[in-house]
Amino acid sequence: MSLADISGPACPACVAGPLAAERGRPAAAADEIQLAVPGVHCAACISTIERGLMRRDGVADARVNLTLRRVRVRHHGRETPESLTEALKGLGYEAMPLDMIALSATEADRASRDLLMRLGVAFFAMMNVMLLSVAVWSGAEDATRDVFHWVSAAIALPTVAFAGQPFFRSAWASLRAGRLGMDVPISLALILACGMSLSETAMSGEHAYFDAAVMLTFFLLGGRYLDHRTRAVARSAAQELAALEVRRALRLAGAGTETVAVADLRPGDRVRVLPGARMPVDGTVEDGASELDRSLLTGESLPARIAAGGAVSAGEVNLTGALTVRVTAAGRDSSLARMADLVAVAESARSRYASLADRAARAYAPLVHTLAAAALVGWFWVTGELRTALNIASAVLIITCPCALGLAVPAVVTAASGRLFRRGLLIKDGTALERLAEVDTVVFDKTGTLTLGTPRPVNLDELPEGALPVAAALAAGSAHPLARAVATAAEERGVVPALLTGVKEVAGHGVDGLFDGVPVRLGRADWVGASAGARTSTWLRIGTSAPVEIAFADRPRPGAADLVQRLTETRRSVMLLSGDVAPAVRDFADSLGLADWRAGLRPEEKAAIVEALVAEGRRVLMVGDGLNDTAALAAATVSISPASALDAARVASDIVLLGEGLAPVGEALGLARVARRRILENFWISGAYNVVAIPLALMGVVTPLIAAAAMSLSSITVTLNALRLRP
Amino acid sequence: MNVLIVLIPVSLGLGLLGLAGFLWTLKARQFDDPEGDASRILQDDWDDRPAP
Repeated sequence: MSLADISGPACPACVAGPLAAERGRPAAAADEIQLAVPGVHCAACISTIERGLMRRDGVADARVNLTLRRVRVRHHGRETPESLTEALKGLGYEAMPLDMIALSATEADRASRDLLMRLGVAFFAMMNVMLLSVAVWSGAEDATRDVFHWVSAAIALPTVAFAGQPFFRSAWASLRAGRLGMDVPISLALILACGMSLSETAMSGEHAYFDAAVMLTFFLLGGRYLDHRTRAVARSAAQELAALEVRRALRLAGAGTETVAVADLRPGDRVRVLPGARMPVDGTVEDGASELDRSLLTGESLPARIAAGGAVSAGEVNLTGALTVRVTAAGRDSSLARMADLVAVAESARSRYASLADRAARAYAPLVHTLAAAALVGWFWVTGELRTALNIASAVLIITCPCALGLAVPAVVTAASGRLFRRGLLIKDGTALERLAEVDTVVFDKTGTLTLGTPRPVNLDELPEGALPVAAALAAGSAHPLARAVATAAEERGVVPALLTGVKEVAGHGVDGLFDGVPVRLGRADWVGASAGARTSTWLRIGTSAPVEIAFADRPRPGAADLVQRLTETRRSVMLLSGDVAPAVRDFADSLGLADWRAGLRPEEKAAIVEALVAEGRRVLMVGDGLNDTAALAAATVSISPASALDAARVASDIVLLGEGLAPVGEALGLARVARRRILENFWISGAYNVVAIPLALMGVVTPLIAAAAMSLSSITVTLNALRLRP
Repeated sequence: MNVLIVLIPVSLGLGLLGLAGFLWTLKARQFDDPEGDASRILQDDWDDRPAP
């Protein structure tokens, strides 16, 4: 199925580094363990995992949940999260214990089941009351009608009292906060419809609105459930991305090292950071020399050199040599945690955004309440009968009840986020689509966002004869990204590496060895004996001949050029903000046809530029991946980050791009516009029904039949309109 | 119209039966994993005792 698209190279499992085997508390019951398995995506995966786990003696039952990408294992008390993680790794799936998020996950499950149960009860009641109502509409009279009304009341009143609780609770909460949300008119209409119908039934009246009350409850609960479901799936996926980054560190203790969780490190501890690992903490280097990839923090694409005494920050990647680092700040004080605080502040600012539904409710609630009050006063004035006036006022409230309005947004958002999820975009925030639709300015980060952050050699063809096999052989001896790029490129060209002896890596400098007795070196310019240029490059020297330069350029993400072109064509302004040096940024911007770029920016400058744009009234989409983008991501109207981004950046952004290519971003912009149009259309549709029904209600000619017809027709039209969504 | 005295409870009873069935499916966690259920039907391994 098409979900397979997104579980390609950039699926969360592959982004993950070494995984946690942390001892977890059993999640739900004593003999039950839940594990997140982000890599599972098809029927065959389900069979492999379930059968593989069931074969273990200690396992009583294993069940995969594909929607949430989890496996729930019941066992005979002998299994531990570690043993199961190990077993799953043997089956080819990365897994991690869910104990830290299991609590919130089970709560979400419970809420979802609770809503579904209320929905079922409301459906049962609606069908039965409707059957009885059909009899009344088709002319049941006198005692029969009264009996039918009483039976309806006996079904409807408990149903509304039970199934309507989510609305009553949220209405009460918003009233106490002094706001008029959508739930206040809903609750009022429900209560009035029931109360009025009950008193009419007691007086053998003609009209009872029990059917309308239960139908309203059912449709609105349907909208609520859709909304909840979409959010639960997005939340669980986002939590897994975060859980994949459970990070550990090697702490030096006594003679050896021990593996500890990053959270347990204290200032003053000494940790060992191996080549290829990410810095777990802020600290100073005590021993060793290496190079650091700071691109996630600063946007610089060139690795920076580090030796004893230098300062490192959490999030940097150690490239060539092992380092011993003395911790200066860990946990809540580290730069990563400070960034998370910054994100929390930004998110509280973000919640000030009024969604379309809120704006509709704000215009709508006072209007219907005024109309109903006017009907009450007007009819009492004219007829002098309180009963008639009350009946008509309640009819106005019932007929205007925002049944379709309650479905208008969730139906569209569910359809759109499902479609985008299949294309590899995870919508984390309910209003992100609406905000995305309004975007007129797109701001990109360079390294890791528009580019893949992996360099490629560009001048291999210009190398002298015989140089490439030597370079390839030397490069194979290092984990440095530039060396890896040379090795990969040589392999792609079918170059057979030369036979070298005594190859060794000199941390922070390069690799050297002997080729037919001649010393050869591949590494930094000053080490090889050349003078460094402006470009990202490594140098190769064979014997005593002059060093040759191998230059590198970062590769754009697939679809980057198309995306920029598409954005320009749709007359959105596109801007490139990078922390990298000017020449690199200029070359890259030229290659994509981007005129508006700034280089050498610090994180606060990026955020300031984005804030200035927003203050100008522009709707800014920020796409970025690094720590240096986090503040800008939070300041923008709406933000996207790739799954390879740093945790903090992903938390700050509204949408996560799961795949490697950038093409889905363009599609998302298009789809968001369509979705917004559908939402507005839905508002107009439900408004149109009201325009027809309100005058009838005010004139006092609305019957329960008209109310029921208007309500179900408008709800169904709105849902169908939402399903019409096409990018 | 006296037949209504029988018919209304019967129709309500049938409805309640359906509701009870739905609540049972809910309790048996049949709505927890719609995507997985859609895929499971495509599994081609033979199983004498299918998992509930």
